[in-house]
Amino acid sequence: MTTEILLAGFGGQGILFAGKILAYCGLMDNKELSWLPSYGPEMRGGTCNCSVCISDEPIGSPLVTTPDLLIVMNQPSFDKFVPCVREGGKVFFDSTLIDAQTDRKDISLFGIPSQQLADDNDLKGGSNIILLGKLLKETNICSLDVMKKAIEKVVPPKKAALIPNNFKAIDLGMNA
Amino acid sequence: MERNLMKGNEALAEAAIRAGCKCFFGYPITPQTELAAYMAKRMHKAGGVFLQAESEIAAINMVLGAASTGVRAMTSSSSPGISLKSEGVSYIAGSDLPAVIINVERGGPGLGGIQPSQADYWQATKALGHGDFQLLVYAPASVQEMVDAVVTAFDRADKYRMPAMILADGMLGQMMEPVEFPEINPNAYDKSGWATDGHKFKREHHIINSLYLKPDELEKSITDRYKKYDIIKETETDAELYLTEDCDILVCAFGATARVVKSAVNAARAEGIKAGLFRPKTLWPFPVKEINEAAKSAKKLLSVEMSMGQMIEDVKLAINCSKPVEFFGRTGGVIPTPAEVLGEIKRMGGTL
Repeated sequence: MTTEILLAGFGGQGILFAGKILAYCGLMDNKELSWLPSYGPEMRGGTCNCSVCISDEPIGSPLVTTPDLLIVMNQPSFDKFVPCVREGGKVFFDSTLIDAQTDRKDISLFGIPSQQLADDNDLKGGSNIILLGKLLKETNICSLDVMKKAIEKVVPPKKAALIPNNFKAIDLGMNA
Repeated sequence: MERNLMKGNEALAEAAIRAGCKCFFGYPITPQTELAAYMAKRMHKAGGVFLQAESEIAAINMVLGAASTGVRAMTSSSSPGISLKSEGVSYIAGSDLPAVIINVERGGPGLGGIQPSQADYWQATKALGHGDFQLLVYAPASVQEMVDAVVTAFDRADKYRMPAMILADGMLGQMMEPVEFPEINPNAYDKSGWATDGHKFKREHHIINSLYLKPDELEKSITDRYKKYDIIKETETDAELYLTEDCDILVCAFGATARVVKSAVNAARAEGIKAGLFRPKTLWPFPVKEINEAAKSAKKLLSVEMSMGQMIEDVKLAINCSKPVEFFGRTGGVIPTPAEVLGEIKRMGGTL
């Protein structure tokens, strides 16, 4: 089985970083996986997205066009990608920034005020990880333990002091 | 072996260093820049030279100079930058020098765009520069294969004393996948017969040259080179055949596009359509024997490319136009989707 995940938002919201954590979760679980970023001008402040595939078999196309799971952090990306979500798919979005207007009845929407939660808990830039926590809670993508190990891998050594904050953000998301 | 998660561009660089590349000369260009950045960080620790040249043209000529001394040398760029290097590549081929050139393709012509493309197929396989010559061209389709292709490219470049190219694209360069680095013990080729590595008057001096003013001498240098090409065409082809044994429709694709096609072939099979995939791993030499083997049971062929259709000509030639060959492609940086390719397969399958 292949799980296709799309993460989308503004450049600077940590879309690629959150995608990298999911990719490392796949690596730690000894699965096949791919991580494909949008690159170029998007990385420098425009809309940005990232495709992650995790599978028991070799990955075919790494470009996710019909995601099973969507993490979305801004309105334009919500409007653009929610119509593409596979039937039965799950959408995780920041309800602080997004007005969730959709007529799709065949997908599950999980809106949490991740930006607000990050601000209230002094976790600047942690909205992406809070959403990742919510995704972890609502799917069987991997165990909490694996995700924590993935975070330890992805956070660069120079910023290791921020690892506990990321754990806290996961926890907030799981309980939101 | 440890599984690492790496971008294609970084894996290309790491593989080159492990394959004994001692000189990297480059100039930044999206979507290839991580390769040069990785080299900048790692190369000096590996006892080699990283140099950001003032232009692509300078970089390829530095490769020519370094290769002349017998060391393993490499450059990398993306489509517009590769065009700039074409003169130097021709000189390298004309001087019988081994070198590796990496093209992480983006959309063209002109400055084009920065998204993935395969529209440099003709350039790589037919005419990367003036004159009668060929490059070895490898087309990996995963980050792991990029590693393997670099190792092979350096080896064959040395073995045949000719330039070798890795033809990748922005998708492969930018994506991360698990990758393992095998123990690499590069074959040592004796270059003492030609390398200009200093001799303190203890031997005849060597000359690296591509200028022959006498036509018969130039002709001989070229026909000698073509004898080598004949051996390469016999021995160096490589391809993946996937579900081709009983296929009605044989889809041909290379590099990143082949991954999209593989997804589409699997989807077609699930719907009862006998589709198969032929994926050349070497674009020059083109795997003629292999495609004929793959096409044995096929009624029709379909070439899928990120271009307006370039490899399709080699497909038709290789099977001697014995079966209908159709084309589907997206270009300008647009990546075809498995659904689109499945649609094409179904359209063709509907008439069987």
